[in-house]
Amino acid sequence: MKLLIKGGLVVDPLGKIDPAADLLISEGKIEAVEKDIKYDGAQIIDATGKMVVPGLIDMHVHLREPGFEAKETIATGTRAAARGGFTSVACMPNTRPVADDQSVIKFICERAKETGVVNVFPIGAITKGSKGDELSEMADLKAYGAVAFSDDGFPVSRSDVMRRAMQYAKMVGLPIISHCEDKELASDGVMHEGYMSTVLGLKGIPAAAEEVMVARDIILAELTGCPLHLAHISTVGSVRLVREAKARGVAVTAEVTPHHFTLTDRAVAGYDTATKVNPPLRTDMDVAAVKEGLADGTIDVIATDHAPHTDEEKDVEYQYAPFGLVGLETAVGLVFTELIATGVLTPVEAIKKLTVNPARILGINKGTLAVGADADVTIIDPNIKEVVDVSQFETKGRNSPFIGRKLNGLPVMTIVNGNIVMHERKIIEK
Amino acid sequence: MRLKNKDLLGLQDLSADEINLILDTAIPMKDIIKRKIKKVPTLRGRTIVTLFYEPSTRTRSSFDLAAKYLSADTIGISASTSSVVKGESLRDTARTIEAMGADIIIIRHSAAGSPHLLARTVGASVINAGDGTHEHPTQALLDIYTVREKKGIVKGLKVAILGDILHSRVARSNIWGLTKLGAEVRVVGPSTLMPPEIERLGVKVFTRTEDALEGVDVVNVLRIQLERQQQGLFPSIREYARLFGLNKERLALADPDALVLHPGPLNRGVEITPDIADGTKSVIVEQVTNGVAVRMALLYLLSGEEDSHEVTN
Repeated sequence: MKLLIKGGLVVDPLGKIDPAADLLISEGKIEAVEKDIKYDGAQIIDATGKMVVPGLIDMHVHLREPGFEAKETIATGTRAAARGGFTSVACMPNTRPVADDQSVIKFICERAKETGVVNVFPIGAITKGSKGDELSEMADLKAYGAVAFSDDGFPVSRSDVMRRAMQYAKMVGLPIISHCEDKELASDGVMHEGYMSTVLGLKGIPAAAEEVMVARDIILAELTGCPLHLAHISTVGSVRLVREAKARGVAVTAEVTPHHFTLTDRAVAGYDTATKVNPPLRTDMDVAAVKEGLADGTIDVIATDHAPHTDEEKDVEYQYAPFGLVGLETAVGLVFTELIATGVLTPVEAIKKLTVNPARILGINKGTLAVGADADVTIIDPNIKEVVDVSQFETKGRNSPFIGRKLNGLPVMTIVNGNIVMHERKIIEK
Repeated sequence: MRLKNKDLLGLQDLSADEINLILDTAIPMKDIIKRKIKKVPTLRGRTIVTLFYEPSTRTRSSFDLAAKYLSADTIGISASTSSVVKGESLRDTARTIEAMGADIIIIRHSAAGSPHLLARTVGASVINAGDGTHEHPTQALLDIYTVREKKGIVKGLKVAILGDILHSRVARSNIWGLTKLGAEVRVVGPSTLMPPEIERLGVKVFTRTEDALEGVDVVNVLRIQLERQQQGLFPSIREYARLFGLNKERLALADPDALVLHPGPLNRGVEITPDIADGTKSVIVEQVTNGVAVRMALLYLLSGEEDSHEVTN
């Protein structure tokens, strides 16, 4: 069956933007993008007044399988992705066992084929067990499908190990994704260190805990020439360091999460553990800085760091709760509400950070509506309004600080390899 | 007038009027404590539970006596002797206690915000008896009561809080309460024990004790926890005592009628010299008595029946 998407505002950040063009999909590929395509027998999708964009890519999610299936599975995580408008996700290796050898990477790819509804690209661990000592078999991980390397929440603290990891990853031809955190400086902090941590009596994590590692990793990227992607940067200083590094020509890219451009540490008042996230929610100045970084191109990617946890784990005293919040199903709404509607980004700039940029960084053949490309397409209705309702979530996680928030601009259709997997905010059951 | 909320989670949430209401209500309560028969039927039939996840002598027994003087039924639950050691969550413990019919739950916990979690979980009134490094509102209320009793007024007084401000819930609650009532609050301690942006709470920050004590009406000395030195937050107890210990010379810089407060228990010879702790300016023992009176006032006000009972009957 062919799909003919008619009359939408087609936004292909790689190519041209075509108002009111049609998109013909056949055999899982984009067959044509033209004005007024006529094709008998195709399923017609009326996209009038909506944006037709390349399938969105979230390059930073936690699918929790294998090992933590009570929090999320590849099935539920990819359903959440589809509901959020994402056709591809890259999943972090902090599973149990850690994705530090081919068997886990292979397992993830196979489970994704069996139970997933969107494309899944595994990220392999930098070091064995993400313990920060010995390099994982990076070439092998790549051979079985890994698209990048990261120890994510267990940042490589030894600079010599990080240096070798970058040298080796460069040889293998994949990027290193770094969660920048000096664990000693962060200590056992649970929120941003500042006025709010003083008021709430919670142990703070200084901005410097992130920034010293951003600086170190940039210096090591400069030394090794390895492409370095900085996950979820969140501070004024981090944005400045990335901007300066890019100006020097260092191969560094960076991402920001929707919660870091939307919320500040004031959201922690009341001790809602859904606001406990690492890096922590920062200050107004930091939010302004990441928005500026998004606008001037310092920050390349918007990624969710979708991190589901069970209610039992989160419904505890703030300092005992695990870090993380669920983000797949609120990301697009937050991008439209907080960035596009406020003029921080144009729709095209925003879509770039959700499609072509992550595809380029991960080296995956996605993020475009060019003829012949995989038919991964997201249709977004910029005018739709929705109040975030946890009972509608596809993710197992209920740990969202956005429950009850009104969002404008949401995905209404997700097409993966030519198949409609989400329509009108509901997953299409196979 | 009544308290606005069903819970007392911190002084940050209270208005000056509410603080004054509690302090005013504590005056007749103190009279009850002074009587030979220290019991009124005000809270007869009410059940009050103290849920303590941290060891405590004075706060817990103070609440316990306050409840008993008002004829409430009380039980005490300690984390070390309850299902908490079997891994029961705070939420489940709270639900169990509520199902048994508790009207007021008094909680002490090492995690900041625990009383908030409890208050969201149960319909009973929740009183924060100290949560981590967040607040200890009843300690601050008894401190302020003591100051007001001795000085007649709080507005315009200069109060210095001396010691480990970073980890002190007593300091935070005192700052909220005292500034709301119009006092000038100074905080002084080692720079490594000073919370970030504390000045935004409306206090003056000092790292030299002599500067902070100049002309103050009240010195509230905080207990220094000796483990902080092991954490590397200051070099030695000796140096701490030398720079921040309250002694005769330093106290001489304060107003001649200055009061000395301390939430206890004391490290004599560290944060305060014995002659000052036991001297004429010290009101440390009276703080303990006032603590019972303030907690009686609070239990009474939170029980929500101030209109139907005569307090002093």
